[in-house]
Amino acid sequence: MAAADAPAGENTGTPGTHNTHAGTDGFTSGEQSKGVKGTRAAVIVGGNRIPFARTGGAYVKSSNQDMLTAALDGLIARFGLQDERIGEVAAGAVLKHSRDFNLTREAVLGSALSPETPAYDLQQACATGLETVLGLANKIKLGQIESAIAGGVDSASDAPIAVSEGLREILLDLNRAKTSVQKLKVLARIRPKDLAPDAPNTGEPRTGLSMGEHQALTTAQWKISREAQDELAFNSHRNLAAAYERGFFEDLITPYRGLNRDSNLRADTTLEKLSTLKPVFGRNLGSEATMTAGNSTPLTDGAATVLLATEEWADSRGLPKLATVLDGEAAAVDFVHGKDGLLMAPVFAVPRLLARHGLTLEDFDFFEIHEAFAGTVLSTLAAWEDEDFGRTRLGLDGALGKVDRTKLNINGSSLAAGHPFAATGGRIVASLAKMLHDKGAVDGRPARGLISVCAAGGQGVVAILEAA
Amino acid sequence: MTDKYAKIVSKGLGKDVAKRLGLPQPVELRRHQPGAPLIDGPVLVNGDSRGADDLATALLGWGLDVRRHALPKEKLGAMIVVLDAVQHPEDLGKPVLTIGASLRDLAPNGRVITLSRTAGSASGPASAAARQGVDGLLRSLAKELRAGATANGLLLDEDLATTSPSALGALRFFLSGRSAYVDGQFLTISSSSGSLPFDAEKPLAGKVAVVTGAARGIGAAIARTLHRDGAKVVLVDVPAAGDHLAAVANEVRGTALQLDITRDDAGHRIIDHAVERHGRLDVVVHNAGITRDRLLANMDEGRWQSVIAVNIAAQLRINEALLASEHFKERPRIVSVASTSGIAGNRGQTNYAASKGGVIGMVRLTAPLMESFGGTINAVAPGFIETEMTARMPFVIREAARRANSLRQGGQPRDVAEAIAFLASDAAGGISGEVLRVCGQQLVGA
Repeated sequence: MAAADAPAGENTGTPGTHNTHAGTDGFTSGEQSKGVKGTRAAVIVGGNRIPFARTGGAYVKSSNQDMLTAALDGLIARFGLQDERIGEVAAGAVLKHSRDFNLTREAVLGSALSPETPAYDLQQACATGLETVLGLANKIKLGQIESAIAGGVDSASDAPIAVSEGLREILLDLNRAKTSVQKLKVLARIRPKDLAPDAPNTGEPRTGLSMGEHQALTTAQWKISREAQDELAFNSHRNLAAAYERGFFEDLITPYRGLNRDSNLRADTTLEKLSTLKPVFGRNLGSEATMTAGNSTPLTDGAATVLLATEEWADSRGLPKLATVLDGEAAAVDFVHGKDGLLMAPVFAVPRLLARHGLTLEDFDFFEIHEAFAGTVLSTLAAWEDEDFGRTRLGLDGALGKVDRTKLNINGSSLAAGHPFAATGGRIVASLAKMLHDKGAVDGRPARGLISVCAAGGQGVVAILEAA
Repeated sequence: MTDKYAKIVSKGLGKDVAKRLGLPQPVELRRHQPGAPLIDGPVLVNGDSRGADDLATALLGWGLDVRRHALPKEKLGAMIVVLDAVQHPEDLGKPVLTIGASLRDLAPNGRVITLSRTAGSASGPASAAARQGVDGLLRSLAKELRAGATANGLLLDEDLATTSPSALGALRFFLSGRSAYVDGQFLTISSSSGSLPFDAEKPLAGKVAVVTGAARGIGAAIARTLHRDGAKVVLVDVPAAGDHLAAVANEVRGTALQLDITRDDAGHRIIDHAVERHGRLDVVVHNAGITRDRLLANMDEGRWQSVIAVNIAAQLRINEALLASEHFKERPRIVSVASTSGIAGNRGQTNYAASKGGVIGMVRLTAPLMESFGGTINAVAPGFIETEMTARMPFVIREAARRANSLRQGGQPRDVAEAIAFLASDAAGGISGEVLRVCGQQLVGA
């Protein structure tokens, strides 16, 4: 991924970073390794996250730094990393206070890691977490570092609220005013409307539409039914609940502030209950609105971390090697002019990534497609199954292929767990790595998993993991 | 978990009033501080047997200020009464009365320690009477001591030298601040196994120890103490306690293992974690326990079964896995937390007492199974310990329980941990199948 060659301090989240990616097409991980300190894999040792809490719930008083530090400390305790100087820690948040300009480094300093562990912040909307994994994995593959912690955190409860643009200009002018008279003149410019705070929202700056309204357009375009969306949401809750029941998360989650499980999980939900919810997005599209609070992901607070290393580093500490990070790919779509849906970028990233490795969708044992909305997942699958779309938009001979639904999000995903934007990547990577490790080998090859995460701004990041 | 009463009567007006009214006057107990001397003041070794001479020589080797006879008016840090050769109750008088005459010179937080032989191995009724007599004598003397001083005894099996490794190890434990809340108790040394540590400050150096229920209270104190003594600690607790567990694990530089110990594979999970992460497994401390108190008339099946499942069934199952493992064969140690409730009983705790009594039974019959590879298993039975759990007791009941012991105060979690750390050490290799009470000589029960 392109972010890997951006040194710490330059990761200001400029969307343009990924435009350079086209130049690295065809640059496989195998080739990457050649000539740089021999071949080495980036292995996933394990992960840790705190349970995700619905906004305004258990973590209402927790800052991003609090939660990221808690997730880090749980990871440190699980793997005995106290006083360890990790090669680099990268994490980020989507909703970020200006005071958190060094969020990850501050979290490291508050953790049990060696204070000599460097860290940087990264921001790529909902793909932040996955991008930290890919960037750090590349550093490991390149021989720059031996170990790394990737992660992400978000709090919609403790979101930054800015002063209005008018008041901000006045306050800056006030700061520049020299005499009392000048200062009074500046202050006299304040109008009541300037005092209204500017809260963050999930609206796209270039369209003014919320993410949900954008997805409603896509959902309608691909004719995704209400029933199919409710069924996906139901499966997410059922699968997540079952995973908790069999102890799947025992070595993936550390409780926080009295919460042991994701608070959005409704283990007892039914298709009937989901079918009674009123649509909240796409109500003015003419066609029947299908997206409800049940098949859309709620705002959530939480943090997740992933420990990455070389095989040697893991072996020398007796640590597990769950999976390797094979490769990743970013894509972006022109949603502004309506060419593609806002959250459809992974649809384009996946075929490019598969082509680079000569793989098809049938070569995967697990699919982890982030459930921003049930409609997002189903629109993505529909696009891949569409022959015409495959030919005209993906440049293939026909449809990309079909995702075996029994391999999709089998331990639940964001609809049930919640989606604290930047934390979702870490949640998925750690869980998938464990699933791959448990699965081991399939037909003489390592078990393989595909991750797809859509993001605001019409972006998407996808990745392939293989059992180690 | 502060004991306000103890603070009030420790000085000034409170002290005067308590003294005049004959109220209990608990003192702050001497507890182990790394680097501090084993004991302050001279140590009197009383007795004229060969065993007494050998012991005195060993103590001189530790750099202690050893006396064979008390000097008038000199404060003594400890008195060791060597009774290993008594054959008849009439033999007790001379040594006992000799130390009796010096008791007023025993310093606050001083120690009286007897060395005698187990009555069960006596050659005849008179010898058995003399040996069993020490039991009554010691327990009574412990009740007479004041100002944080304690009396404890070592029982040597027949033919064991007074300087056998575990006799010296246990003596060191009783002399030190590590035994602060152990009072009126005996430890039986049944073999010459064991070895004294190279570094007395780090008796567990190089060991890997697992502690269950390590997220808080006594378990967290055990983890801290084992870490202080040099062990690498694996901390186990239920996933729901994972945040506290992680905090303690990071504090003691150990690893956290979130695990429900009642799961069938818990033993294997523990062994695998210790061996994969830390290369070995030397010590397992079964501390995890729950209470679900109800009078038996009101007891439901859930309360009964869950206590049995966590407090004893899980330990039995984990021990089976440990004993079957090739990784638990190098002089391993198991230490279980029992309870004085399991010995003396406690109203409202039939389930808990059954589980803790069960622990004692398990320990006795597991000991022979570990003998062939130098392993030991013992239990520690805490009395009233100042924890979050006891802080929730009603005030009057808590005050009564807190004072109903010879030291007139509750113990600290670290006091239990110290006893466990000692039993987990190489020095305790000659002690197995025993139950050591850490209760300040609680006035109820045995």
